[in-house]
Amino acid sequence: MPDLIQMKEISKVYGNGIYANRHVNFSVREGEIHALVGENGAGKSTLMKVLYGLEEMDAGEILINDRPVVFHSPQDAMSLGIGMVHQHFMLVGSLTVMENVVFGYESVKGIFIDRKTARQKVLELSELFNFKIDPDMITADLAVGLKQKVEILKALYRGAKVLILDEPTAVLTPQETGELFNQLKVLKEQGYTVIFISHKLREVKEISDRISVMRRGEMIATVNTEDVSQQEISSMMVGSSSSGIIEKDKFPVLENRLAVSNLVWTDANKKKLVDDISLTVGAGEIVGIAGVEGNGQDELIEIITGILKPDSGEVQLFEKPTTGKSIRDLRDMGMSYIPSDRMTLGIAKDMSIEDNLISIMLNNKSIYNFNLLDRKKIRKMAKNLISDYSIRATSEKTEVGMLSGGNIQRVVVAREFSSGAKIIIAEQPTRGIDIGAAEFIHRKLIQLRNDGCAILLVSADLEELKRLSDRIIVLYNGQITANIEDVLNVSEIELGNYMLGVKKQSDAEIGRAYNAKTK
Amino acid sequence: MGRVFNLIFTVDFISSVIRVTTPILFATLAVLLSERAGVVNISVEGAMLISALMGVVGSAYSGSPWIGLLVAVLSGIIYSWILAFFHLRLGTDIILTGIALNLLASGLTVFVLFLLTGDKGVSTGLPSKVLPNLKIPILKDIPILGGILSNQNVLTYIALVSIFVINIFLDRTRLGVYIRAAGEAPNAVETAGKSVNRIRRTALILGGIFAGCGGAFMSMAYLSMFTKDMVAGRGFIALAAETMGKGNPLLSSISALLFGFADALSNNLQLFRIPSEITRIIPYLLTVVALATYSGRMQDKDRIPM
Repeated sequence: MPDLIQMKEISKVYGNGIYANRHVNFSVREGEIHALVGENGAGKSTLMKVLYGLEEMDAGEILINDRPVVFHSPQDAMSLGIGMVHQHFMLVGSLTVMENVVFGYESVKGIFIDRKTARQKVLELSELFNFKIDPDMITADLAVGLKQKVEILKALYRGAKVLILDEPTAVLTPQETGELFNQLKVLKEQGYTVIFISHKLREVKEISDRISVMRRGEMIATVNTEDVSQQEISSMMVGSSSSGIIEKDKFPVLENRLAVSNLVWTDANKKKLVDDISLTVGAGEIVGIAGVEGNGQDELIEIITGILKPDSGEVQLFEKPTTGKSIRDLRDMGMSYIPSDRMTLGIAKDMSIEDNLISIMLNNKSIYNFNLLDRKKIRKMAKNLISDYSIRATSEKTEVGMLSGGNIQRVVVAREFSSGAKIIIAEQPTRGIDIGAAEFIHRKLIQLRNDGCAILLVSADLEELKRLSDRIIVLYNGQITANIEDVLNVSEIELGNYMLGVKKQSDAEIGRAYNAKTK
Repeated sequence: MGRVFNLIFTVDFISSVIRVTTPILFATLAVLLSERAGVVNISVEGAMLISALMGVVGSAYSGSPWIGLLVAVLSGIIYSWILAFFHLRLGTDIILTGIALNLLASGLTVFVLFLLTGDKGVSTGLPSKVLPNLKIPILKDIPILGGILSNQNVLTYIALVSIFVINIFLDRTRLGVYIRAAGEAPNAVETAGKSVNRIRRTALILGGIFAGCGGAFMSMAYLSMFTKDMVAGRGFIALAAETMGKGNPLLSSISALLFGFADALSNNLQLFRIPSEITRIIPYLLTVVALATYSGRMQDKDRIPM
């Protein structure tokens, strides 16, 4: 098959002197699904932004059908049939599905948008590609998986023949991912070309024809998917082979650190988002929370961390109720929190690494000297943490917002783990970050567990849950549908059934989520 | 208290509510258009003030209130274009630019007034015209409703119709949808190949038309002359009305009506020998109270953490 797109010797240097792409060669054949993998900060997104005209390259050339092209804007790329579905959707929430699909390319009737034609075109397209979607739904009300379909439809409506998907599965449930893959296969059958950015190797293996691996701005190799194992791809990505299983010592849980009993929280629309949840997390135990996004996990965590007040029920730390306590009090009791929204809750992105690291200990006398911050001491502490947690940055003064996703999370984790935590609430701790950083965080969590820390882990990544958790609790519709103690032998299908509310354990089994042994 | 109620439930009072709401309504629509496009436009106040003066000047020199209105609207457009130029092209901070332009308007109007009339306070020296009131056939014969809605100023009718026009404009036209998108998801607009800045500039200029009408109403209908700083915070009250109406043209207009009610009440309470210094506080006090309760409620609902 001939190469449809050839990118030759692409180099891109960002303002801070960092090479995002260094002499990268990349080619895509017509009608293939081509996976582009690499750790965060490896330069995949930059390369695709160059191809989509969002970034201008500093050197190199792009050929489409052997003819050199120059893209100054996404419109240039679009006019040659290249469309991109961004990781953060580019949708207008208050518009309907069809208004979003035709956005920017509407046909008009008099002074009004021709809604009839728009609706028809959207219906035609969705039928052609087997997308089930109501063109009149308000986009903001759609589930993430459907929003992604709107984005794909938008690209197709604009005439894309090549679809670039930037980490499309990061936000999807296993079921939604399966559906997306089916649709990508339909697109492939119809002659469309798909470039699929990911670092979930199992998925890459499942869906792609060929794989290109990037590392630190360079293209390492392009291989046929059937010729390589996950292990081999992984070692190409990180440069060394990482092991799958982490050793965990088994020991009995002696005390409950965190106990949640009969929590209820109702939202403004009178919907019970947290519906009578009771669970405990003991010292030396990692309890995983599984569930499709929006089934009460966020609210449960917000209640535990003191952001939200429950309508009824109680949270106890070390058997002391937390009612009426401030977040500061909770932290002083030994709670640490890794929020899922790291960019707004986890860090202050315009501040330095150093200032972010001390942000939870500003009431701690030890970093002051005559009531003024002891900068020397802080710098020393920051330097130690930067090396202990392998944060890749030019100095401790670097703005956190300048770092890659994985390094930002390392900063959050360094701060939260080094504060003498006894109870850790880890919410999506490795979402969207590179394998190296994820592996590192996993090992740290296990280490803390072995040292007797109580850890509540919320994750959308079932592999991560199975790998780390001693128990997995599944939430559906604000209720616990399963408390799984035999974590190693539970299948993802079974977890999926609990997550979708198809199956529910007996009350006795669910009751064991709350371990009343200390009473 | 009984006397106050007797006052409120008269046709005359309700009719006056509609009248004093008109400039707030124009300002609200101007704020709304820019706000929906993603620009916090605090300089509607200044745009109205300049338009108020230019309307008087235009009508005085041409002898026609309609040319006065046209000049007022053009001034609103030019003023908004200047704001757009500084904020969108040169990248200045929208609030600081808005403050600067408001101060400029306040000073410049007095300066121009002094140049033309030798007076620093009022434009009585200029033979300016007023815009006519309209008696609407059929409507005027309906009891009560006729008394309230008929015989209002021509601009009042334009304002009322504009609510619905803007509603449909934002909902159904291409530019309207682009304006909403520019405010809500500018990234989506850019990736669709449209210039967010161009859309915002258009929205600001459209807003300038309504600010111009509001200014013209102040000096050519509400009063028959220009007086120093006569807009008296209506541009800011409009910001509150737009916020309370959540950017929806109908809800925002109802909020504007609430502020108009407070305004009319403060005018009329002066008849009861309550010191005017106190009654004049009412609209502004209401703004503060309304915004405080409103944002308190919003925070409850959105659960903005920390």
